[in-house]
Amino acid sequence: MVRAADAAAVAAGARVGMPAAKARILVQGLVVRDHDAAADAQGLDRLALWALRRYAPIVAADSPDGLVIDSTGADPLHGGEEAMLAGLIYRLSSSGVRARAAIADSWGAAHALARYATRPVLIAPIGHGDSVLTGLPLTALRLPAAMVAALHVLGFERIGDLLAQPRAPLTLRFGPQLGRRIDQALGILSEPIEPIRPDELIEVRRNFAEPIGAAETIARHIGELVVQLCAGLEAEGLGAKRLDLICHRVDDRVQAVRVGVAMPVRDVKRLTRLLTDRIDTIEPGFGIETLSLAATLAEPLTEKQTLTAMVDDGAPDVSDLVDTLVNRVGEHSLYRAAPVATETPERSVRRIPPMAPDTGETWQGRWPRPSRLLPSPEPIETMAALPDHPPVAFTWRGVRRRVRRADGPERIRGEWWRRDAELTAVRDYFRVEDDAGERYWIFRSGDGEDPNSGSQRWFLHGVFG
Amino acid sequence: MRQQPAIESLRAQIEKIEGRARRVKSVLPFGIADIDARLPGGGLPLGALHEIAGGGNGAVDGAAAALFAAGIATRTKGKVLWVITRSDLFAPALAQAGLPPDRVIYVEAGNDKTVLACVEEGLRHGGLGAVVGEVARLDMTTSRRLQLCAEGSGSIGLALRRWRRQSEAVDFGQPTAAATRWRVSVMPSAALPVPGVGHHRWLLELIRVRAGESADFEVEACDGSGRLAVPAELAHRPASTAGWRRGAAG
Repeated sequence: MVRAADAAAVAAGARVGMPAAKARILVQGLVVRDHDAAADAQGLDRLALWALRRYAPIVAADSPDGLVIDSTGADPLHGGEEAMLAGLIYRLSSSGVRARAAIADSWGAAHALARYATRPVLIAPIGHGDSVLTGLPLTALRLPAAMVAALHVLGFERIGDLLAQPRAPLTLRFGPQLGRRIDQALGILSEPIEPIRPDELIEVRRNFAEPIGAAETIARHIGELVVQLCAGLEAEGLGAKRLDLICHRVDDRVQAVRVGVAMPVRDVKRLTRLLTDRIDTIEPGFGIETLSLAATLAEPLTEKQTLTAMVDDGAPDVSDLVDTLVNRVGEHSLYRAAPVATETPERSVRRIPPMAPDTGETWQGRWPRPSRLLPSPEPIETMAALPDHPPVAFTWRGVRRRVRRADGPERIRGEWWRRDAELTAVRDYFRVEDDAGERYWIFRSGDGEDPNSGSQRWFLHGVFG
Repeated sequence: MRQQPAIESLRAQIEKIEGRARRVKSVLPFGIADIDARLPGGGLPLGALHEIAGGGNGAVDGAAAALFAAGIATRTKGKVLWVITRSDLFAPALAQAGLPPDRVIYVEAGNDKTVLACVEEGLRHGGLGAVVGEVARLDMTTSRRLQLCAEGSGSIGLALRRWRRQSEAVDFGQPTAAATRWRVSVMPSAALPVPGVGHHRWLLELIRVRAGESADFEVEACDGSGRLAVPAELAHRPASTAGWRRGAAG
């Protein structure tokens, strides 16, 4: 029986579920390999561990061919749900794995959409209920094949047909599993994901006889768990770079909090602070009965001798501030600027990580630069400009301004290595000042004579102080 | 203003009675005698929160206010945290005001609340030289909290006020707990004998200072080391005009 076929084989006529001999006849030169279920499962586990490290604290293998990830709270750190999914698919495809993905409110719905929806990447709207599921086939519900065949015989083709039926006769005929799978897909029944754990993971758990819910209680227990975890890390000589706090609620739902630091640390106070800052994102519901704290990313911690107070200490260490802010606003929102060797102003700044070593570089050039640069240059209407002179007056955002003083032109050439069109393109920048003292940075696209050098239109690019 | 010994001893007594554990209050002088004379201690107090807003169109674009803040920040020691909501701050201009790119860490916060939270974190940390936050609204309770954080750590906090519309700039009239409050407006630059734009000039208004009087000054925008300057024709005026006033330009 064919279990999987690549795109070329499918194009030639082979299908999953077809006998292997038939496939061999249909496709010339077909390469057939034995199915190794154990190796597949191991590969899937490895993929799940990779996703655990990179994406979210709760990841499990959804055998035989997928992963399930609980992305609540994890997507802001990756730039949103779409960005996270796009990045995930891209990374997998650049490793040679073709993948489809879907985000939905429940495991069952996401499983169904990822496999049977028409689009390979789909994000279901929040609170979608059953609207996205009605058109999907019955196999999307994770039912045994015999049950699906029996349902087909009875005339049910799509999930929507089942939803329209009263539940009791179906349960009578097929047993409770059908109702359970439907409720799981709709999100009515919770289906907790058992997160995958690498073997050498350092993890501490705490069960509560009485479920806890108050923020102070959670904070206190987090503090004690961090102490235990750091003791475990110290025994191995490791420092944690990422901590996952998983709260198991009494109603079987799971909440996760993930914090990360740039350099491995074992400092109890710092880790407790990072975790307690995020307590307000935890919804205890009816109560939390188990807290588990794991150091999902741990690296050897080298002991460094700290300078004593007698010696003049160098620049104070801001890495813990950077970590706190990164955990608050996300990794992409914290950066330092560095110069790019280009004349084009809007491309002359690039972002580098905030803790990168000092580059010692700065922008070259004597021409003054405006402190505010518009995201894209705005067109202005100008009056009477001679080729080397700035306009006598211009209108920007509906307000007419007379130019009293001006400086320039500063000629900026295009980046010829980027696009051919920029080979001849130039901009002539002027710093102009009006009656009231407002100073603007305007440019003419082109040198005023040659139409190849630009559109000869004027734009405003920035505001000086 | 000549310091009067009686008032000084009275101030010292009041501070002792207030009993707050203060660090040795160091100040950052501007280097311009007129301005430093107006500030208690002879300069801008470190370990405090200061507000800066732009006047006129500067209330919306905040161009001059940003350079004024950069000039102050560059003369502190250590890294500078600059928390922004709109991504229109142009780093090369800050470098020209004396703040090299290696010293500034930018934080893009989505809204005012996050900006103020990040500023508070930065001030509480204590390892930074200055924390600049671009906010629209700043109320008394938040400013009081930021002022206490700054006092505790010794970093200077600069709240750069920027609004979406000029009509919202009326909000600057609301009282806050900042130690000083400034408004920076652009003025026509120095007249040159040849065509061109001279040194940029600002009207710097000290609107509110704790235990002091408000005043305004006409200054030249900060140079490559972050220092302001007195415009030439006012510095080299004849000795007869002792107390200068902002007269008609040119």
